[in-house]
Amino acid sequence: MSSIFYKTIAELSAMLAAGETTSVEITQAVIDRTAAVDDKVKAFLSTDADDALAQAKASDERRAAGKAIGPLDGIPVGIKDTLAVKDQPLRCASKMLENYVSPFDATCIVKLREAGAVIWGRLNMDEFAMGSSTENSAYQTTGNPWNLETIPGGSSGGSAAAMAAGEAIATLGTDTGGSIRQPAALCGVVGMKPTYGLISRYGLVAFASSLDQVGPFARTVEDAALLMEAMLGKDPLDSTSIAPQGETNYAEALKEKKGPWRLGVPREFFGEGIDPEVKANIEQAIDWYKRQGCEIVDISLPHSELAVPVYYIVATAEASSNLARFDGVRYSHRSEEAKDALTLFTKSRGEGFGDEVKRRIILGTYVLSSGYYDAYYLRAQKVRRLILGDFENAFEQCDAILTPTSPTPAFKQGERSDDPLAMYLSDIYTISVNLAGLPAISIPSGFTESGLPIGLQVIGKAFGEAEMFAVANAFEQGHNYAQQTPTL
Amino acid sequence: MSETPHIDIDYVANLARLDMSAAEKAKLGSQLDDILGYFEKLNAVDVEGVEPMAHAHRVFNIWREGDEPGETYAPEVLTKMAPEQRDNQVVVPKVVE
Repeated sequence: MSSIFYKTIAELSAMLAAGETTSVEITQAVIDRTAAVDDKVKAFLSTDADDALAQAKASDERRAAGKAIGPLDGIPVGIKDTLAVKDQPLRCASKMLENYVSPFDATCIVKLREAGAVIWGRLNMDEFAMGSSTENSAYQTTGNPWNLETIPGGSSGGSAAAMAAGEAIATLGTDTGGSIRQPAALCGVVGMKPTYGLISRYGLVAFASSLDQVGPFARTVEDAALLMEAMLGKDPLDSTSIAPQGETNYAEALKEKKGPWRLGVPREFFGEGIDPEVKANIEQAIDWYKRQGCEIVDISLPHSELAVPVYYIVATAEASSNLARFDGVRYSHRSEEAKDALTLFTKSRGEGFGDEVKRRIILGTYVLSSGYYDAYYLRAQKVRRLILGDFENAFEQCDAILTPTSPTPAFKQGERSDDPLAMYLSDIYTISVNLAGLPAISIPSGFTESGLPIGLQVIGKAFGEAEMFAVANAFEQGHNYAQQTPTL
Repeated sequence: MSETPHIDIDYVANLARLDMSAAEKAKLGSQLDDILGYFEKLNAVDVEGVEPMAHAHRVFNIWREGDEPGETYAPEVLTKMAPEQRDNQVVVPKVVE
């Protein structure tokens, strides 16, 4: 944990303030580490060391002039390839956007820059964020740094793997059905998805607009809280963004909120399909909270087994509509066989999209098509309301909910590639949170016997990030999992 | 939805403006039928009188406040990503006879 690239934002910002290091030194360490290990990990699709070092130099000059901005000033943050960064490639790990270079910054990037962060690299992902293993990238397969033969999770697999490998101090991902939390759990780092609307989606390539959220990966809960504070807020460029409610000085609040809390444990999440080692680990974590004086409340989320079908109807329907913009006309791949208007669309899309994206476009088009809309899409929207109702009822009895993040640890590459349904079930514990628009965080909770990380999910009330962070922080402080790093 | 669900891929692919090979369609077909079978779980729940939910928060009528002209882009910045362009315009194959 002594290497500079494995330090936390909190540690580095204190060192920067004390003049013990510089942003150039930190950024160079991250660049060198990436050069040393990324041939194996393959977390990054591209990097721009000169651009990162120029930002770092600007940060050091600010600090020297007595104008340091705050804890993120000078900290290198890696970015998932679905978020727009001015003058950097934005490919969503798809051939469809092979030559796209973003002309603008996403709002969350603007806010990170305003906080002084160094924007660093383009991180691999499942194509258009569709997947749970990062194997759907059109460019490369990312390895899990804890065992390179296994997957890092997905869709933000590059963002999680880069953290575990020390290739960034923090990273950004996006979470539509678990795409931050599941890879965070599988790579042994912290990953957090905010309340829907808390961070602007402007500059995020849309997959399923009613579910997509940007969020941080970090080494500690405190670091995730610092990143959230910098990025949140209503944005005139995203009409679904919402002004924060309640406590938003999350990092400060961590030090004050000590519990004890009433913690709900949904019995439905410990049944069929859960790996026995994961189950035992999460039960131990729950027991730890109990020993700290928390009240453990047995709760029920009776519609949770319907979350996966509801999600794959709602998300694919929205995706089929959102991805209609990739038509070969303005900025996406264009087929050389395009002869007229129709083949311009069909051939360009057929060549540009990979298998999983095609699968979801077909599924989404089908559930919205004439004669099937009521049976699938409308029905799914109604069940979505029931899922939200389950959470509302549960939160009358508890302050936060504890669950496993993923039913299994990281699986072998290729193991589920030909079984989309098995892959979809990887997100069974994370999906309902997106459907209900709630915040949730995954934190490291231990390891399997074979040394693969396990993650504990803490689900908060809508806009209840401060409480959720505090509950997660308590566990982190009581254990040393956040300090453990893989051997590469 | 009571019979075994099945997607007519040729019909839906045309709606989605998506070209796929026969091999792709064959592989996708059986996978999609499995997934649709899984969706049948939703029929087990009573949704009578439940209001459909499209969005996590009840937000309505979002108006823009003070819609002032802001930073804009030179045409060449936005057209340079087009697969083919000429004189700051996007070129497409001939679409009219």
